[in-house]
Amino acid sequence: MFSVFKKTKELEGKIDEFLNVILEAALEFKQGMKYYLEGDFDEFEKRSEHVDQLEGRADRLRREIENKLYMEMLLPEARGDVLALLENSDDVLNIVADTIVEFSVEKPEFPSEINSHFMGLVDVSIEAVEEMVATVRAYFKDLTAVRDHVTKIMFFEKESDKIGERIKRFLFDKSDIDLSRKIHIRTFVTYLQTIADKAEDVGDRVSIYTIKRLM
Amino acid sequence: MTWFYLASGLFLGWSLGANDAANVFGTAVGTKMVRFKVAAIVASIFVILGAVISGAGAAHTLGKLGSVNALGGSFTVALAAALTVSWMTKLGLPVSTTQAIVGAIVGWDFFSGTLVDTDALTKIVSTWVISPVLTAIFSFVLFKLTRWSLRTIKMHLLEMDLNTRLALILIGAFGAYSLGANNIANVMGVFVTANPFPDVNILGILTLSGKQLLFLIGGIAIAVGIYSYSYRVMKTVGSDLFKLSPISALIVVFSESMVLFIFASQKLEHLLIRLNLPTIPLVPVSSSQAVVGGVIGIAFAKGGGRAINFRVLTRIFWGWIVTPLTAGVISFFALFFMQNVFQQKVYEPIPYVVSEAVYEKLNSMDIRDPGLGVLKGKTFRNGRKFKRALKSLTKLSPMEINAVIRIAEVDSLKIDSTVANEKLSPHWFTYAQLKAVKSLHGRVFAHKWQLVDALAAICEEWRFKEDTRRNRPYNRELEMKYEKLFEVFRISKMRERYDELHELMGF
Repeated sequence: MFSVFKKTKELEGKIDEFLNVILEAALEFKQGMKYYLEGDFDEFEKRSEHVDQLEGRADRLRREIENKLYMEMLLPEARGDVLALLENSDDVLNIVADTIVEFSVEKPEFPSEINSHFMGLVDVSIEAVEEMVATVRAYFKDLTAVRDHVTKIMFFEKESDKIGERIKRFLFDKSDIDLSRKIHIRTFVTYLQTIADKAEDVGDRVSIYTIKRLM
Repeated sequence: MTWFYLASGLFLGWSLGANDAANVFGTAVGTKMVRFKVAAIVASIFVILGAVISGAGAAHTLGKLGSVNALGGSFTVALAAALTVSWMTKLGLPVSTTQAIVGAIVGWDFFSGTLVDTDALTKIVSTWVISPVLTAIFSFVLFKLTRWSLRTIKMHLLEMDLNTRLALILIGAFGAYSLGANNIANVMGVFVTANPFPDVNILGILTLSGKQLLFLIGGIAIAVGIYSYSYRVMKTVGSDLFKLSPISALIVVFSESMVLFIFASQKLEHLLIRLNLPTIPLVPVSSSQAVVGGVIGIAFAKGGGRAINFRVLTRIFWGWIVTPLTAGVISFFALFFMQNVFQQKVYEPIPYVVSEAVYEKLNSMDIRDPGLGVLKGKTFRNGRKFKRALKSLTKLSPMEINAVIRIAEVDSLKIDSTVANEKLSPHWFTYAQLKAVKSLHGRVFAHKWQLVDALAAICEEWRFKEDTRRNRPYNRELEMKYEKLFEVFRISKMRERYDELHELMGF
C-alpha cells in the first residue's frame, strides 16, 4: 500500500525534475547568448555544451516518465494530455538546444546597433519559456494559476514578434550590409521567435487540458 | 425441489448483479481507473455482507406488502418479476427490479385474495420518487464541496489520481454493501415467509438465521451476476451513458450509496430516533434511478440544469407505472397457470372468521356493530371477501375494519417446547421470552393475537410498548420475533381444516 504512495511521489519528483531541467537549460541559453554578444566565445561554448547535456537529460527523464505512466496505467483520463504536454515542452527545449548549436557552428555576426535589440529578443523568448514551465507545473498542481501564466506567455510571444520585426526592418533598411548576411541574421531572429511560438503552443494546450480537468 | 423453487429468485439475483453492479463500479471500470477484477471482488464480497448483515430492514417492509406464503407462489412471483425485467430490458425500456417485484407481489395479493397493505404500498411508491431526488441533492452538495476543497488543497494530478482510485474502491465497497442491504429484499424478499432454510451454526462461532442464509444465497447469486455479465454493462455505463469524470463518478456513487444505505439501515434508524430526528422508511429502492438523480444533481451544480435530458426523466416516470403494472399482470396470470395447469400450491389460503373469541376481543377493543353479530360464526375464504362483507354489512370506519380483519384472521399455532429449543435462537430471544414461550407448551391458538395476548399476559418482554417514534424499532423487533414464532409453530394444514381446529379448541 505504502509503495503505491511512494511510487506516486517518485513520479511527481521526476516530472518536477524534468521541468527544472527545461528551465535551467533556458536560463543557461540566455546566459550563453549574453557571452556570445559580448564576444566571450569560450564562456559561450561552455554554456552551449551544458545546454546540450541538459537536453539529453530531459529526453531521458521524459521517456522514463512516459513509460511509468503507461506501464503502471496511471492517469487513464489525462494520460494522453500529459504525454502531449511533456513532448511539446521537450520540443521547446530541443529548439533552444538546436539554436545554441547553430550559433556555435555558424557564428552569425550582428551589427553592433542591433546587439541590444537581439538581447531583448533573447530575454522575452526565454521569459516565455519560463512561463511555459510555470504553466505546466500549474497544470499538475494548481489549475487556478494556469490562466495567469498563459496570459504572460501570450504577452512574451507577442513581444518577441514585435522585437523580431523591428530587428528585421532595421536590418533590411541598411544598405551597407550584404544580402547574404542579412538573411543569415534573419534566420537567427526567426529561431528565437520560434522558441516563444512553441512555448505559446504549449500554453494553449494547457488551457484546453485545464478546461477538461475542471470537473 | 426447494432449489428449483429458488431458481427464479436466483435468476433475479443474477440479473441484479449483472445490471446494478455497474451503478456502483461502472464509471470506475469504464474509465479504467479500477480494474474489473478488483471491482468484481470488492463488489461481490460487500454485496454479500450487506445482504446478510443489513438485508432484513427493507425485506421486512416488502414482506408487509404481501407475505407470499407458499414456495410455489414465491417462485412464480420472482419469475414474473424476472421476466418483466428481462423483457423490458430487451425492449430497451428503463426497468428496475424494485418496481418489478413490487408489481409482482401485488399481483399475488390479488390472486390469493390477500388484502394489499396500502400503508406499505404508499411507503414504497413514495420512496421511488424521493430516492432520485434525494440522490440529486446529495450529489449537488457533495460536488460543490469537493470542487471547493480540491481548489483549496491544490493536490498534484498524480496524487489526485491515486486518491481517486482508492476512493473509488472504498466508496464502491460501501456502494456494494448498500446495494446488497437494500436490494436483497427484491431478490429474496418473496421467499422470506415461505423460507425453507433452518438456522445454521457455522463452527460454533457464527449463527445464521434461516433468513440470513436465504440472503446469503441471494447474495451469492448477485455475485455470480457481477462476475459473469456486469463487465459488459460497466463498459457501456462508463463510456456511453453518462460521460462522467472519475471524480464526478465518485460523487454520484457516494450519493447513490448513501441513499441506498439510509433506506436499508436499521442502525441508522435507531440513531435518528435517539437524536430525535425524523426516521426514514426501510424500503428497497432502485439504484439505477438513484444514479440518474445523482447525475442530474451534478448537472445542476455545474450550472447546466438546461442540459438535462428530460426524455430520460419522462422514461423513468413511465417506468414507475409501466413496470409494476406489467409485472403485476404477468404475476397474476403466471400464478393462475402454476395453480391450475401445473397443480402447484401458490398460496396458503388464509381464512377469516368471526368466532366467539374474536367477537369478544373486538368488544373489548370497543369495536361494536350490529353487522358483526350477523357475521358471527361465518368463515370467509380470503381477506378480500371478508372485507367486502364487512363493508356491506357494517358501518365501521376503515380503521376499525382493518382492526377487525387483523383480529379475525385465522392461523393455526401449536406451541411445542422442543421445537422452541431447536428453532428459537437464545442469541435473539431473551431468556424470559423463551421461558414464557415454553410455558405455553401444548397450547393451540387459532389467531395470532391470541398467542400475543397469552405471552403478553405472562411476560413483560413480550409486551409491545406504546407506539411512539422512540419505541418503533423496539416494537418492530418484537414484531419480527412474533413473526418468527408464528413461522415456527404454525401447523399449516390445520389452517385449512379450520373446523377441525374449532373442535380441537372446544368451541
